[in-house]
Amino acid sequence: MSQYKHIKKPVIKKDAMNLLLGKPAYVDDIVNQNCLIVKVLRSPHAHALIQEIDTSKALQMEGIEAVYTYKDVPQARFTMAGQTAPEPSPYDRLILDQRVRFVGDAVAIVAGENEKIVNKALKNIKVKYEVLTPVLDMNKAKDNEILVHPEDNWKSLCPVGADNKRNLVATDTCSDGDLDHVFETCDQVIERTYHTRANQQAMMETFRTYCEIDPYGRLHVISSTQIVFHCRRILANALQIPKSMIRVEKPRIGGGFGAKQTVVAEIYPAFVTWMTKKPSKMIYTRTESQTAATPRHEMQVTVKLGAMNDGTIRAIDVYTLSNSGAYGEHGPTTVGLSGHKSIPLYTNNLEAFKFSYDVVYTNCQAAGAYRGYGATQGIFALESAVSEMAGILNIDPVVIREKNMVRQGQKMSAYYNEIAHACALDRCMEHAKKLFDWQHKSKVRIMDNGKIRSAGVAMAMQGSGISGVDVGSATIKLDDEGFYTLHIGAADMGTGCDTILAQMAAECLDCDVEQIVVFGADSDISPYDSGSYASSTTYVTGKAVEKACEKLKNNLCHIACSILNCSMEDVVFNQKGVTNLKTNEFVSLKEISLKSMNGNNIETQVTVTHSSPVSPPPYMVGMVEIELDKETGQVDILDYVAVVDCGTVINTNLAKVQTEGGLVQGIGMALYENVQYSPKGVIAENSFMQYKIPTRLDMGKLRVEFESSYEPTGPFGAKSIGEIVINTPAPAIANAIYRATGAYLTDLPMTPEKVLFAIDDE
Amino acid sequence: MLTINNYVRPKTIEEAHDYAVKPKSVILGGMLWLKMMNREVDYAIDLSDLNLDQIEVKDDEIHIGAMVNLRDLEVNPLLNEYTHGAIKEAMRHIVGVQFRNLATIGGSLFGRFGFSDVLTIFMAMDAYVELYPTGIVPIREFANMKMSKDILVRVIVKKTPLHIVYLSQRNSETDFPILTCAVSHFNNEYYCIIGARPLKAIDFIDENHCFEEGINEDSINNFVNYVIPQLVVGSNLRGSSEYRKKIAKVLIKRAFLQLKKEEA
Amino acid sequence: MKITLNLNGQEITKDIEPDLLLIDFLRAQGCYSVKRGCDTSNCGLCTVLLNDRPVLSCSVLAVRACNGTVLTLEGLQEEAKPLATFIASQGAEQCGFCNPGFMMNTLALLKEKPNPTDEEIKEFLAGNLCRCSGYEGQLRGIKGYIAYLKEEGNHHESI
Repeated sequence: MSQYKHIKKPVIKKDAMNLLLGKPAYVDDIVNQNCLIVKVLRSPHAHALIQEIDTSKALQMEGIEAVYTYKDVPQARFTMAGQTAPEPSPYDRLILDQRVRFVGDAVAIVAGENEKIVNKALKNIKVKYEVLTPVLDMNKAKDNEILVHPEDNWKSLCPVGADNKRNLVATDTCSDGDLDHVFETCDQVIERTYHTRANQQAMMETFRTYCEIDPYGRLHVISSTQIVFHCRRILANALQIPKSMIRVEKPRIGGGFGAKQTVVAEIYPAFVTWMTKKPSKMIYTRTESQTAATPRHEMQVTVKLGAMNDGTIRAIDVYTLSNSGAYGEHGPTTVGLSGHKSIPLYTNNLEAFKFSYDVVYTNCQAAGAYRGYGATQGIFALESAVSEMAGILNIDPVVIREKNMVRQGQKMSAYYNEIAHACALDRCMEHAKKLFDWQHKSKVRIMDNGKIRSAGVAMAMQGSGISGVDVGSATIKLDDEGFYTLHIGAADMGTGCDTILAQMAAECLDCDVEQIVVFGADSDISPYDSGSYASSTTYVTGKAVEKACEKLKNNLCHIACSILNCSMEDVVFNQKGVTNLKTNEFVSLKEISLKSMNGNNIETQVTVTHSSPVSPPPYMVGMVEIELDKETGQVDILDYVAVVDCGTVINTNLAKVQTEGGLVQGIGMALYENVQYSPKGVIAENSFMQYKIPTRLDMGKLRVEFESSYEPTGPFGAKSIGEIVINTPAPAIANAIYRATGAYLTDLPMTPEKVLFAIDDE
Repeated sequence: MLTINNYVRPKTIEEAHDYAVKPKSVILGGMLWLKMMNREVDYAIDLSDLNLDQIEVKDDEIHIGAMVNLRDLEVNPLLNEYTHGAIKEAMRHIVGVQFRNLATIGGSLFGRFGFSDVLTIFMAMDAYVELYPTGIVPIREFANMKMSKDILVRVIVKKTPLHIVYLSQRNSETDFPILTCAVSHFNNEYYCIIGARPLKAIDFIDENHCFEEGINEDSINNFVNYVIPQLVVGSNLRGSSEYRKKIAKVLIKRAFLQLKKEEA
Repeated sequence: MKITLNLNGQEITKDIEPDLLLIDFLRAQGCYSVKRGCDTSNCGLCTVLLNDRPVLSCSVLAVRACNGTVLTLEGLQEEAKPLATFIASQGAEQCGFCNPGFMMNTLALLKEKPNPTDEEIKEFLAGNLCRCSGYEGQLRGIKGYIAYLKEEGNHHESI
């Protein structure tokens, strides 16, 4: 069916067997174990000034190498957000600061021989705090007299509306059409406010970094990171040393989901090794990963929706209040997706929209990047509002979507006027309806045991890379005996991009995937890549691979011509080598590689860089069947159907597993992944004992299928898949609960207690 | 971080007790709770050499050594036959098989934890704990005893003919319970144990003889109306006291309806 | 204190601290397959077989393994390979960090119950968290492996 040899195939991941057999592959498996252990003393207060800090007792302990406080670190502020420079995130961090801004903020760094001694040393540091009143409620943060960042050396590099004297990380508004007028002429207008939590990525490998000084005196960083190049810049900014003095490398990564798009652990061992010139490592505990890292932005999204009685959606107004926490990482950018990647879903009849937002500082844990990156929050809100509107108008929630969804070829005014060149959302809905059996399962049924079965639906979109910003590069070279080496700066964090990009290279070079060796990522060696985030790797870096292979093929033909003594028009490139069509003479790849190392002036290694001016959205539909216990409020997932349009599916297995993994994360977010603060700003869900992610008993049955479109700007027609897949569960489940009970839950997670009380209120 | 200065494996219970009375000593159960503690222990006392990892029938009693783990309880044919599978139901939500292979009945009961599925189910049986040196104490009495330097040696379950049902409510399958409920009928008495309130489990006996005429909707309602006003519940991360009150009614009703089916 | 145990088929004697956890002991012996994913005995990544039973090595004192046998994935490479092939053929390994614990517990399951139902598989493996795969691919892989074993068994019987 496919005209491809390696695309749309279930190719096994190159590292699969080694990972499954537990071979050493991750940071802590491969580094020098004889190194300093780095740990951080953390603030017990949400907001305080360090008045006195006495490290003398800790420093005297045998086995303690160094103890650092705010007095020891460079005084230039930086951001830890892994973004293309100049970063939209404000420069608001120091490695250690006199002001601590959340419970868990770094107070001192300790390095010593082993974990036991370092833990003891942490206890021996005496700190006197001037405890200040924290701002914990995001609704009270803007223009509060208490400032999270009153300091004068705070700076914002981009015009995002940031103002530290107002606790503002960003603010903006945009619109199209005469919103007020359209609302006035709508039959029905509803306005609802939704609340999503600061969910944790909860990748199985916590943050971890090892550092050493290389033979040239440079800082060599081996870290579990999605962003080797951004990491190099951030460390240079933090340490105030030249970028040329830093090398960042990533081995296998034990999951990222955006968490490792922010520098979290790196600065501490980097500082220790730079100061002591000794190797060191920092392994975050799970508690640190839950309390001093970079979770999803908590958001409060207000949606005003205007529709006609026949279900025509004409106007959407979205206002998002986003809680960036104590620092601004990814604050100005995540919020944009809550409107720009929700509203365009309803382009078809849309006459006017407005999207505005405020992003605020609070004394909560700083937020960051997590799969979905704001779109998840916005889509939960808008999809919930649309489903409630359908209920009010007595229209099937599928029908209202079919009527209003964006169609291929339409200009999406709320998505920077991009055209939906490849959009199979309508086919996704059609396909999902059949696969799920919406006609029957959408009927609310009371079972013999008194429980209620019902169904819900939601749509989603995302982007594919950041348009006009993200840069992907690929270096492909012909190696000895005719195999290829593909160098990338993108980071395979388990998603399988090494394999996916090798599939593309194999397709272009007409060879087996096994013939492509993939290496990534190392800031000294790899070609520049923004990194693996924003659903960019398949779409952006993939295109770079495609282009690099074309260029290499051309070079190899040139070398072949020099051997065969013919011209370029006479030759064709194929799996085994180059053939002169006129003479049928053939020169093998092995011969070309031999020639390339002997009196050759044509490079057999090419690097191509690619950036896309657009960010074509993938689209999807999710449908869920639940069983709801109306006496306890418990919701069980029975069946979840997802149909995804990610353009051309490059690896059928990996795309499916990405989807399944995203759905289960979405189910956790919807039903029980909770983040609650005490009045003093302490996070209760600080471990896997308290922050419950789904087990395999919590997710019901998942069924995933694809509806392909062809994206002309993507490699082989591909778009992205990594992020979109987390977006449908929360609104689809909320919709199913509404259909079962008449109650619409607007505050995640939808725990049994909230469900039961909502039913009681109805 | 847990620091242990000395690890000892006594050969007799007396020897174990000699260590246990020392300051900063602790009896090791499955270590699952202990290892999360930030504390220093002088003597960590391992009862592994005392042959307490057996489930044995002694005449009309089932003797469960303190070191028997929760997985052994879960899959034990004898206990499951005796409880009609209720023991499995009470164990199977506790984290995972590897966890239950470590967690011991002694450790689970001795702590009298507020979240305990284990305490809830055993309180609904004709069960006793053998403490050294105090002696044998009914488990429902033990639940209210103060923490002591006693060593929990074994649990003794009398094979009194019994019907028992175990239910729990959780936010997700392997989370701590928001509420546990075990109801049982033996020796002509009806018992209702409510745990994870989140206070430790508490027992209610059918003092008003609601079930004199048997279990039916009315008698269940009467019993619920008797229990609920006395039931003290609290709030924690997982649920409010208000929610717990609501589902306590539901779980008690459902458990008795199921008990009726079991008895039929 | 000195402990002697059988690790992956080899008798070893080591001097250890009484509070050393089995996971840290094993990693110090080069068993890097054993991973730590949490501090609260909830993730299952550190699963090893202690006296043939799957346990959380993060919650066992190394000294308690004295005179016992410990198997990590390093010691089960050959047994694990066919199962690994089936998981890989689904793309369900993903980031791989949870894989060793998952493999160990799955092997333990199949030893205890060679022919489990879907529900039994899910229940036995409920203590093995995975944040990448959504679990379905792992289930497909395990079921594929069981079907393969059955076919192999039938094949052998017919010979």
